This record gives sequence, structure tokens and C-alpha cells, in this order.
Amino acid sequence: MTGALGRFLDGDLWYSFRRSRTAMAAALVAFACVFGALFAEFVAPHNPMDLATLELADARLPPAWAAEGSRKYVLGTDDQGRDILSALMYGSRISLFVGVASVLVSLVVGVSLGLLAGFVGGRTDAFIMRLCDVMLSFPPILIALLIYGIGRALFPNAHETLAFAVLITAISLTGWVQYARTVRGSTLVERHKEYVQAARLIGVPTLRIMRRHVLPNVTGPVMVLATIQVASAILIEATLSFLGVGVPPTSPSLGTLIRVGNDLLFSGEWWITVFPGVMLVMIALSVNLLGDWLRDALNPKLR
Amino acid sequence: MKLLPPLLAAALAVSCGLAGAVTLRVANQGDAQSMDPHSLNETLQLTFTGNVYEPLVGRDRKLALQPVLATEWKQTSPTVWRFELRKGVTFHDGTPFSADDVVFSLKRAAGEGSDMQSYTSPFKEVRKVGPLTVEIETLAPFPILPDVLTNVFMMSRKWCEENKAVIPVDRRKGIENTASFKANGTGPFRLKERQPSTRTVLIRNGSYWGKVDGNVDEVIFTPIGSAPTRVAALLSGEIDLIEPVPLQDIERIKASPNLKVSQGPELRTIFLGMDQKRDELLFSSVKGRNPFKDKRVRQAFYQAIDIETIKTRVMRGASLPSALMVGPGIRGFTPEQNRRLPYDVEAAKKLMAEAGYAGGFEVSLNCPNDRYVNDADICQAVAANLARIGVKVNLQTETKVTYFPKILRRDTSFYLLGWTPSTYDAHNALTSLMATPTDKGQGQFNLGSYSNPKVDELTLKIQSETDQAKRNAMIKEAFELHANDIGHIPLHQQSLASAMKKNVDIVQLPDNFMPYKWVTVK
Repeated sequence: MTGALGRFLDGDLWYSFRRSRTAMAAALVAFACVFGALFAEFVAPHNPMDLATLELADARLPPAWAAEGSRKYVLGTDDQGRDILSALMYGSRISLFVGVASVLVSLVVGVSLGLLAGFVGGRTDAFIMRLCDVMLSFPPILIALLIYGIGRALFPNAHETLAFAVLITAISLTGWVQYARTVRGSTLVERHKEYVQAARLIGVPTLRIMRRHVLPNVTGPVMVLATIQVASAILIEATLSFLGVGVPPTSPSLGTLIRVGNDLLFSGEWWITVFPGVMLVMIALSVNLLGDWLRDALNPKLR
Repeated sequence: MKLLPPLLAAALAVSCGLAGAVTLRVANQGDAQSMDPHSLNETLQLTFTGNVYEPLVGRDRKLALQPVLATEWKQTSPTVWRFELRKGVTFHDGTPFSADDVVFSLKRAAGEGSDMQSYTSPFKEVRKVGPLTVEIETLAPFPILPDVLTNVFMMSRKWCEENKAVIPVDRRKGIENTASFKANGTGPFRLKERQPSTRTVLIRNGSYWGKVDGNVDEVIFTPIGSAPTRVAALLSGEIDLIEPVPLQDIERIKASPNLKVSQGPELRTIFLGMDQKRDELLFSSVKGRNPFKDKRVRQAFYQAIDIETIKTRVMRGASLPSALMVGPGIRGFTPEQNRRLPYDVEAAKKLMAEAGYAGGFEVSLNCPNDRYVNDADICQAVAANLARIGVKVNLQTETKVTYFPKILRRDTSFYLLGWTPSTYDAHNALTSLMATPTDKGQGQFNLGSYSNPKVDELTLKIQSETDQAKRNAMIKEAFELHANDIGHIPLHQQSLASAMKKNVDIVQLPDNFMPYKWVTVK
């Protein structure tokens, strides 16, 4: 273990990380967000998911520094009396979980299919690409409603767990298309290159060529795409929750908090939407910057 | 290029000429689903088409009955009502209005595809007695017939036949016809332009038979679904009148020097219903029995809800907590009866323990999130309240488009609903919400199948009782029984709010209707 860590610390990646201030700052922010989300139980001053502790009478209090603010709620409270700071931590856990999980699923599906389409070509390619076209013509919301209907018929009593499964499946089912198309494009370029021809000539099995030779060379754009998709997955989650197929409103995610707060913007209760919004921007931006750095660091041509 | 200035001048002249006409630009949360007055029994639909079409009997500003297309009506026998029609009324296309049109319209409203059947179901026969006289015979004595007719609009027989619109538009089945996009009524406004969910334009009917109190010549109606966008449109001056106003924006609008807010109580009562029929709830952790069959559980839920805090925080003061399923303004409402059981968490816990649920249980609560004022927020507050007596509420909120079909299938254990008795009479609430569901339309919206034979019996008697005092006593008794059973958990009557420019005067009605003939722009 120490060997691996030592190797990593001596390696190019760590060197380039230490030289990039942006990457370090982004990593710090991302770490803080993830830490707060993972250890919310220990860090957050309140538990907004425990309905019995909510005080409706404390609803819509401004942040502590405002005149009517209370020290009990540093960033104020939302319309149900939830502490915004705690809701941010618990909410970003849900959002991050849904975002990362759905991106992982769509990444695996999309990259494999894209690779297959690009490398094998012919009818397989045509089939997979037409499938992509078909998927693109359905908005994620429609697919989510469809999956939700099926899920509901199969497991009539499992609402809360089902909600997460539906969300992740729904977002991944439309998300994979982007990966498939990107990877197919890159693969088409790579497969005619000499190193692939060489590998073929010496009799490396097709699967192995795809995995060990082509895949590493097409990951660059995928990385960038994945980081962008985390943010968009979080936003799709908010939309679906509004339609009633996402997470229940009693356990609000970042997206839900932003949507609720959005209705209160004109009335001057800005903190309900601004803080979750800032949090979302921070998560999306830091993950994006890290992805950017990683792409540059892993790209041999830029060294 | 030289042609342009004269053209511009001409255009300006034309637009100035029109500027003399008073235009009212209205934005609403939703759109009327169709221009067919018999296609949907829903407030927005009725109030909008009510500008173009008219009923026999209407309502004035105090919601009292008022002659419209009928000048007088009387009961010639217990089951027969006779209506004398107004002379000299013409439809927008110039055809004179006559008894044939009434017979045709009532038949259309009672027929296949119509959403008005709940009003016409007590009818046995509608017959023409003279050119301007019509008789309606009912199956049983029906004292509130004129009230029921206020939402049934008259169409032209000739026009419907010529336009192949004899059968009503049925949006649920996707059946459309000319009546959905064109209109030919007798009302104070004509339909000029119809673009579903985008823009609908009405213009004043110059040959209207009656007097119009307002001065609006043209109404441009635009649906704007998003509340902040609707408010922004008003603030920027793009729109003259919006409804509803989100509660949180009332202060902001009042603070603006050019705008004002009109608020008033609504007749709608918001309540929670519980499945009391199934032997096991569809969505609950309790297996093998139904906790809602136990009155103590229902009462515990009732007393655990802190309605006053919901009023101050969720509704921002704009609600009237209610103990009854109908509110002030409904015939049969008695103020003395309107006393809620006290909010008492300890008592509720004790009741739960007595019923054998000291540790609480899990149940799903279904709730719309875009139908009533702050509906999803009310449900969240209720969920938090119930958490204190150990009940874990799995809250499921969704848009009305999916919510209503679901709960109307009774695919729910615990739900939130709002109800306005469309006849402004307590009997409507009794027969729709509290009577045991039957296949004849009783208890159609009693989605938890609350059932008390005594209430059913009284409901039937109330329908045909003509003596007002006796009738009120029976209504009171039925409400008493329902309240003692905790058949539902009434929450409150919400307030209505619309906002407009300072120079616009409207009449705020508690039934959420907004006739443009009463709007004045100074």
C-alpha cells in the first residue's frame, strides 16, 4: 500500500497536480463539499431529514447576520424551518450520489457501446447509432415517467428506494448517448492508426485491443464530458423531483432547494435559493476544473 | 426607403385609433382547456367561457341568483320547473335565442362526452312549452335546480349543427371539434382569436342584450405557468392583471407604487382524506389491518396537526382554519359548528397508544404540488407534525396532471384535496365528498370511502327537502355526524389573491370567477 502511495507521490500526476494552483483549489473545494456531504451527521448543526425536529414556526428566517436572523441557523431557514446549512450538506449528499451514480452508469454503458460501434463498424455500428438517435428523441423526463410506471407496477410499496433507482436509471438512460457518440468518433480515428494495425498483426485479440490500446486513447473527451454531466444530472434530478418521480420533498436535494427558493426570489427571501445555488456552482465548477486538469495531465501530447 | 415614413405614420394613426379602445391584458396560471362550455367542469374553464356563453340563471356580485337568459322561473309542481326566457337576445352570429336552443343545450350538456352531467343527472325531461318557455322535469323534487343551472351555458342549436359540434368536446378522450376553437354565445364578449395555451383574445359584443358595468373592449388572455414569471410580467407592465398571486409576492407587489392586490376568502375547503375501506392500506407499514378504520387514529392525526402555524408560516396568514368541509358563504354552513378539535400532541400520542400504535407507523401521503395555494408545503408541514406522534409519512408530491388521475382511481391511502361546492350549497359537499360511494355518482370524490349510513340517508333527504329550516337542520346533523366520525380532516379555506395595475378595478368573487364585464380600467 505504501508502495503504491509512494509511487503515486513520485509520479507525474502528483507532480503536475502540485504545480497547478487551479487544480489544488478545485480539489480543496470539492473535498470540502464531499466531506460535508459524507459526514453530514457529524458536521451539520441540525438534521433536516428528521421531520420531528423541524420547527415550522422558525420557517424563512434570514441568515444569522441579518437583523431578524437567529444564531441557531447560520445561513437562515427554508420555508419548512429547515436549517439551510444542514440542508446543504444533506442535500448535496443526495445530489452528489444521484449525479455521480448516474454518470458512472451512463459512462460504462456509453463507452462500451461507443467503443463497440466504432471498432466493429458495419451493422453493429449502424444499429447502435440508430439506437442513440432514438434515445435522443426522448427527453429524460419522459423516460423517467416510463421507468417509474414500470417500477411502480413491479414494486408497489417501495417508494423511497425506488425513487433513487428510477432517478439514476432515468438519467443514465439518456446520458449514455453522449458518451457513445463521442467515443465512437474517437475510436473511428484511432482504429486506423498504426499502433492498432500493429497490435492486430501480432495477433492481439480484438477485445484486448479495444480495452488496452484504443480505450486509453479515447478517454480524454470522456473525462470532460463526465464532469459536465455530473452537474447536468443534478439539475435533471431537480426537475424530476418536481414532477413527483424524484426524491421525496421531505428529504430535499440541492435541486429541490433551488427550485423551492426560486419561487421566493421576488419576496426577498433570497437565501433559500442563493446558498444552494452557490453550492451547486461550487460542486460543478470544482469537478469541472479537476476534470480539465486531469485531461491535460493525462494527455501525452501536452507534456 | 422613402415609402417608409408615410407607412409608419399610417400605422401609427391606426394604432392610435385603436388606443381609444380599452384593452385588458390578463395572465393566469393556466389556460381554459377548450372553448366548448360543456367540455370541462372546472373553475377557470367555466369563468372564461362564461364571458362568451351565458346560463339561464346567473349570479350577481354577492353570488345571489340573478336572471340572465331566463327572466323568471318557478316550480309548477314539486318536480317541474318552468323558465321564461328573455326576449330579443341574439347569438353573436345574429341568430335569435329561443326555447329550441335551451332544449338543445341541456341535452348536449347531459349527453355523451359532456362534463356537466353531474348538474343534469337529476333531469328527467326538458321540454319546450312555447317559443320562449321551457320546462324541466326532474326525477325527484329538486329545490336547488336554479343553482345547479348557473354553470350550464346555452349554445346555438343552428350553429352547433352547422359546425358539427352537436357532441361536446371530450379532451380526456382527445375528441375535438369546432366548438373548441370557435364560439358563438350570447355573452358580453365574442371570441376573436384562440391559440391554445398561448393567447386568447375576446372583444366586446356590441349588440349585447344587457348592460355592461365595466368598460373593457378587448381582453388578451395569456397563460403563464411559472409564478415568478407571472409576477415579473406584472411588475414590468407587460400584463395588467394576474391571478393567482403567489402568497410570498403579495408584499412585494403592494410595495410597488403602480400596483395593487385584491384578496378575499375562497369557498374552497382544503382537507385530508384517509382510506377507510380497504382491509389493508395500499401504502403503509401496517399489515393485515387498516389503522384508519380506527377513529382514534384519525383523531390523533387531526389533533397532531398544528393548523395555526400552517396558517402563519405556510399560508402567510391567508387562510381560515376550518372544522367543516364547507366554509362561510356556502348555504348550510353554521358558524357555531365550525370549531376545530384542539391541537394537542400529547392527546394525539395517547390516542395512538390506545389504538395500539404507540410506536407509530409508516404511511404514504399523496399531494399535488401545483393545484392549491402552497399545497406541497402544507403536506410537508403535515408530515413534520405527524412525525411528532411517531408517524413516518412518505410524502409523494406531484403535478396535478398525474396526481388527479391517480387519486381518482383511489390509488392512495392518505391524500390532500380541495373542494368548492359548485352549487354553493352544502348538499354538493355531502353528496360528493361524504356520501358512501355508489355507481350512481354519490361519493364520487369520497376517495377514502368514508361511510356512515345515517349521513347517506340525510344526504338523500336534503336533496329533495324544500323547507329551508328543516333542510338546514338536517345539514347540520349530517355535518355533526361526519365531524364526530372524523370522516376527513378539514384544514382550511384558502384566500384568493389577484394583482393588477392601480387603474384596474375588478370584483373579487369568493368562487374564483372573474367576469370581464365587471372589470373597469380607468
